[in-house]
Amino acid sequence: MNASPKDLTRAVPRVSALDAPSAPPSPAPAKISVRGLNFFYGATQALFDNSIEIPAGSVTAIIGPSGCGKSTHIRVYNRIFQLYREQRATGEVWIDGANVLAPGVDLIELRRRIGMIFQKPTPFPLSVHENLAYGLRMHYKMSRSELDGRIEGALRAAALWDEVRDKLHRPGTALSGGQQQRLCIARAIAVEPEVLLMDEPTSAIDPVATARIEELIAQLRERYTIVIVTHNMQQAARVSDFTAFFLSGRIVEFGATTDLFTNPKQKETENYVTGRFG
Amino acid sequence: MFVLVAMTAILLELFHHSRVSLARFGWGFLTSVAWNPVTREFGAASSIFGTIVSTVIALLLAIPLALVIAMFLVEVAHPRVARPVGYGIELLAAVPSIIYGMWGLFVLAPVLAEHVQPRLQAIVGGLPLFSGPPMGIGVFTAGIVLALMVLPFITAVMRDIFTLVPPVLKESGYGMGATTWEVTRKVTMRHGMRGMVGGVFLGLGRALGETMAVTFVIGNDHRIAASLFASGNTISSTLANEFTEASEPVYLSALVELGLILFVVTLLVQIAAQMWLRRLKRRLGADL
Amino acid sequence: MRRRPVWPRRLADAAVKAASVLAAALGLAMLAWILAVVLQRGASALNWRFITGMPVPPGAEGGGLANAIVGTFLVTLLACVIGVPIGMMAGVYLAEFGAGRTLAALVRFLVNVMIGVPSIIIGLFVYTIVVLPAGHFSGWAGGVALSLLILPVVARTTEDMLALVPNPLRESSLALGAPRWRTTLHIVFRAARSGLLTGVLLAVARISGETAPLLFTALNSPYWPRSLSGPTANLTVTIFNYAMSPYPNWQRAAWGASFLITLGVLALTVVSRALARERTR
Repeated sequence: MNASPKDLTRAVPRVSALDAPSAPPSPAPAKISVRGLNFFYGATQALFDNSIEIPAGSVTAIIGPSGCGKSTHIRVYNRIFQLYREQRATGEVWIDGANVLAPGVDLIELRRRIGMIFQKPTPFPLSVHENLAYGLRMHYKMSRSELDGRIEGALRAAALWDEVRDKLHRPGTALSGGQQQRLCIARAIAVEPEVLLMDEPTSAIDPVATARIEELIAQLRERYTIVIVTHNMQQAARVSDFTAFFLSGRIVEFGATTDLFTNPKQKETENYVTGRFG
Repeated sequence: MFVLVAMTAILLELFHHSRVSLARFGWGFLTSVAWNPVTREFGAASSIFGTIVSTVIALLLAIPLALVIAMFLVEVAHPRVARPVGYGIELLAAVPSIIYGMWGLFVLAPVLAEHVQPRLQAIVGGLPLFSGPPMGIGVFTAGIVLALMVLPFITAVMRDIFTLVPPVLKESGYGMGATTWEVTRKVTMRHGMRGMVGGVFLGLGRALGETMAVTFVIGNDHRIAASLFASGNTISSTLANEFTEASEPVYLSALVELGLILFVVTLLVQIAAQMWLRRLKRRLGADL
Repeated sequence: MRRRPVWPRRLADAAVKAASVLAAALGLAMLAWILAVVLQRGASALNWRFITGMPVPPGAEGGGLANAIVGTFLVTLLACVIGVPIGMMAGVYLAEFGAGRTLAALVRFLVNVMIGVPSIIIGLFVYTIVVLPAGHFSGWAGGVALSLLILPVVARTTEDMLALVPNPLRESSLALGAPRWRTTLHIVFRAARSGLLTGVLLAVARISGETAPLLFTALNSPYWPRSLSGPTANLTVTIFNYAMSPYPNWQRAAWGASFLITLGVLALTVVSRALARERTR
């Protein structure tokens, strides 16, 4: 399977120069609009006044040195941080016209609409088939044949169908690392989300499998809004349309990927992408 | 999920009900040696004495053994040997208490009476500690059996401590030209001293509460004797032996009061151990 | 400065190493001795009649302990039915919902304390709250006593096993939109499945060998355990009674019962250890 070459000319208008690290105006509608997000681990503040507009139907990469808050930031979008009592977020995160940080938001529906892939593949201790059926059965009512059809569709979309079609009832943990991660992607897509959050999805995967997953991301771009955290700048340059650069909990710069890498506006951005620190 | 609150309640109940049938002998109960169901005089002193002595013997035997066995398993033995040996030592903990009792009474005691005790007496018989007829059962035997029962637990804790010592520390020791024993003594034990104390507490708690094995071999004699070979009793052995015979309320509540004493003591040991371990954890966290 | 002679240090080292080997050997030898004795004396008392027959008066030949075998089985089962679910629920609470809460810390503390309470005290306690009010000994009381023993052990191992499940696995399920209880029940439990089973089996092994608590609650009986509301026959108290008696055939029967108990407990222990090793493969 060959990935369609990234066609830069069609997508993104140039972003204008900015003095403040806030969201640039862009004609593509923003799927996720963050305003003034602050995040706390207990008494320690980790994110400072983050504001960003993630365009719909594109791949946005979030880069920055370790510990600068990249993962923390996207974990606010689906409120998965709420699992831990001492973690708090203030500010607004608007997705499709609703602030997800407001009280009274339907968490279950929110999490269906936002899928999450983790750094280490997390197949459930179930068969491949059951891994995918888990979410489907939870959110939808359907017949057995519909279920099988959906599962096949998700696996195809994740470019995994051919490899597992005769292993559907083997445990998910029996697959290779790269396959497991694609299984997690399939699992997330199966419930028809609109957004996919990926937290360093290939850092625990070998290079060959990484390449396949990057191809997959390129294919998925049209149907979903993808936000991918990565510490690998080359990966960001390869797969993303937009890039945000984080440093010490703040968004330093945000723009089209080619612009940010070839012509960064901020000094710190330039230092990072040229490898002076990292 | 709040059936666990029931647990809290249960523990409190335990405490409360143990007091319900408190005897009215006052503090003298603790020091009186008398134990005469006929004249209705009861005193806990001999039971307490027996409990303490047998536990002390058990720990004196078990702790050094556990230390050395842990060293064997972690430092000396080839890994392929260490696994089955360690497993075997752990199996000692799986043997039910009553089986220890059976073995102790029918097998160990005669061996001690015929071979070990006379020889010991030949050597140190002058000491009141080893005087008296070598019957095989008694506080000494109880101590040995208890030591065997407690050994696997203390060994397991020590083994964990030894394994948890950061290799760099050990390597620094060896790198200076120390022998294995020296490294163990100066580096490992010093580093893990607190954990080892926690293990000792654990063993202590178990030894105090051990019933069946001790009951079989201790002889059920309500007296305080100077000799290790004499028979005696522990709180738990008395409870086990005499409970079904307690016909009168006074007898019964004396027994229950004994139980209360044991409960309070083990509770204190447990709490002390818990607090010790918590300080240990905090300290380990700080050290890292 | 003068160099300290090396040879005493080497000697001490060798001596301690030799002592360590001896100590380990001693421990194993004791284990082997005990098991050998039980095997030898117990096997000679075992025959088909022993397992299926009923007890006979002292001095008479033959006779068996079928009632005690069944009784032990019943009381242990009762204890599991009561103790395992509650213990597991407590463990789930501690592992999944308890982080940082003071209530959880208190519960954890109490669980640890409960594990350390001597079994005879538990027996005494159940005596005062079940037997005395009821006016008679019963198998129910025995089951309750044993359940109090098994509950904290199961709670602790459940908590430990569940805590081993990595957080990203939980988060994956939540991120799909699953509610908390579903995540815990379907995903976390399955991930920790063999560890949980091991813990339960080990706890069962432990309580099936217990004597002291039953002494105060179920006592013993020479009759078939038709119902649990009277004194109930069981192997462990039988061993106690028979062994302390002066009758040789009863003593022999005690060895036979010892053999059975040891066999059962060791089998459970070995099986659960084997299961644990399977998991880590």
